[in-house]
Amino acid sequence: MTAAPEHTAYPVGGMPPTRTPADTPPPADVARVRDLAVTVGHKPLLIDVDLTVRRGERVGLIGESGSGKSLTALAIMGLLPEDLAPTGSVVVTGQGPGGIARTTSVLEAGEHGLAAMRGRDVAMVFQEPMTALNPTMRVGAQVAEVMTIHRTVADRGAAARRAVELLDKVGLPDAAEAARAYPHQLSGGQRQRVVVAMALANDPALLICDEPTTALDVTVQALVLDLIVRGVEARDAGLLFITHDLAVVASVCERVLVMYGGRVVEAGPVLDVFTRPRHRYTRGLIGASDLDLSRPEGGLYTIQGSVPAAGRFPAGCVFRNRCTHATVECEAVPPWVGSGPEEGFACAHPVVHHEGGGS
Amino acid sequence: MTDVAISVRDVVRDYRRPRTSLTKPGSVVHALRGVSFDVARGQRFGIVGESGCGKSTLLRIIAGLDQPTSGSVQVGGVEISRLPERRLRFLRAQLQLVFQDPMGSLDPRMRVRDIIAEPLVAQGHRDNISRVHELLDAVGLQPEAADRFPHQFSGGQRQRISIARALAPDPRILVADEPVSALDVSVRAQVLNLLDELVQRLSLTLVFVSHDLSVVRHVCDTVAVMSRGEIVEMGPIGDVYDTPAHPYSRQLVAAAPRLQAALAGRTAAVLAAETLAARALSSNASSRNAVSRNAADSDPKPTPPTPEQTTPPPKDAP
Repeated sequence: MTAAPEHTAYPVGGMPPTRTPADTPPPADVARVRDLAVTVGHKPLLIDVDLTVRRGERVGLIGESGSGKSLTALAIMGLLPEDLAPTGSVVVTGQGPGGIARTTSVLEAGEHGLAAMRGRDVAMVFQEPMTALNPTMRVGAQVAEVMTIHRTVADRGAAARRAVELLDKVGLPDAAEAARAYPHQLSGGQRQRVVVAMALANDPALLICDEPTTALDVTVQALVLDLIVRGVEARDAGLLFITHDLAVVASVCERVLVMYGGRVVEAGPVLDVFTRPRHRYTRGLIGASDLDLSRPEGGLYTIQGSVPAAGRFPAGCVFRNRCTHATVECEAVPPWVGSGPEEGFACAHPVVHHEGGGS
Repeated sequence: MTDVAISVRDVVRDYRRPRTSLTKPGSVVHALRGVSFDVARGQRFGIVGESGCGKSTLLRIIAGLDQPTSGSVQVGGVEISRLPERRLRFLRAQLQLVFQDPMGSLDPRMRVRDIIAEPLVAQGHRDNISRVHELLDAVGLQPEAADRFPHQFSGGQRQRISIARALAPDPRILVADEPVSALDVSVRAQVLNLLDELVQRLSLTLVFVSHDLSVVRHVCDTVAVMSRGEIVEMGPIGDVYDTPAHPYSRQLVAAAPRLQAALAGRTAAVLAAETLAARALSSNASSRNAVSRNAADSDPKPTPPTPEQTTPPPKDAP
């Protein structure tokens, strides 16, 4: 009976063979992405993406639009469009019933396996809450549905009660009343709170947030960020937080990966990466974000040019056509320098910090 | 004679919601509740507030795209709030707009040269390709850009095209509505630098609307903080940003994540706690009065019904 509840939701024969417990990754890794590459036609969209999120860890994924952040998140959720051909491995480890870890190899799993994983082992909060909610369903029913589908509660009544409880926990005033509201009756911030409640309903091992506060006002943003962090901490879940706002990532995360041109170009603890960036792109990004910092000749620091369209990034170092330090050496892909995929950078001419930190 | 570029006095704008009952009229939304301020020539005036605070309505009224329910708006000393559309031609030559979404504000079926020349043609000038090239050069684009279409450009380049179009009639006032909100960080810095340089070189008056106080702080010298259709605080940007006096401004400053502060330990929890603390203060009825921070002005007077003005009203009515 211990391992039964999830499985009874699907025909036994329909379970893909990929969901074998006691697989390679240790249970602490809730998401383990290795050598992930995604191409459409001959255009590479993601190249050699390595990413690990452990339980209780908050990891940021930053970069400008078109750098591959959202695509990485979709790959982990198994939501890539069908015409994209992913290679590599994406393994998600959730907490099955009875504390038995269950793993899903996302790229190989069938739709049944993915459906069992999504909303249970991994949940996602998107940027625009209005499109993530069903406009014709009361929000309480939408939160309850996540639990009834995965059978994490005894019955519908219990799900409805738990939904109200969750809506109360995410700070909706008068949760019982709010549960009966339709999405259009709520403000943007309240809608995003509902989406967070849905995402946390089944105590997922990994929560992925893709620009969750970009559409919100700044005062609402502060409260929703706090809500996400508290929700993840209470469940000892892993958090993968995608944003283009460096200040937000520094407020929320402990570790950060910088993406550009479909590659992870730098990774490390937030404090290290933001105070001593090594990759020229990270350096440029931090300079351009800091509105308090001015060039000696006046004006803000910028990165020259703009982000190329998907698949139009230069061969070799993806940043070399915008980099002021690029040389012929950069025509080859710079090797990853560092202790592992969690800490390091890929730049042939990294910023050197002991001499006052390059330019 | 006048060195006031824009003068707004007691502007009220009410919208009526569509009726929901056969017997009762729809309810009224007070988008602006008596807004007054002056923008001096050459000033960089920022307007900050969250969505729904009335900043876009205010901008539309200043640009002559909407009429106030009551109150007066003068641009270059001319009252524009009661003028019919056909007599606003002078305004279109003096004041130009840059919008938030460069894709939505550029006609996808027009070539860049026609987009940029459109304000000139509309004002009866000849379609002048040398002026178009001059404008493209001013915003840092190649002359070849003139023959292409908007979709062939990146977001930052499109915003440069919008700026070039706005500058075409050689306006004295540039009104920018969230011009960098849709842009990536690295491109945002480029566009902010460009605006900065153009405003200085052409000695423009800038009205800059944003939800982001730190962007306004970088661009503007004076700021008005709006909340619920009112200006709650107005003054030099440094003062308002560093020591916000009105609880609502305090809330805005408290809620904004800042990189250096976050690295020093200002986590999301701290951010939320500070925001809630400022909000608690803000709901305190005694602190509802608007705050004026202009050094030249008298001390803030608590006169609840109308917001404070940074500069006294003009002595002689037009």
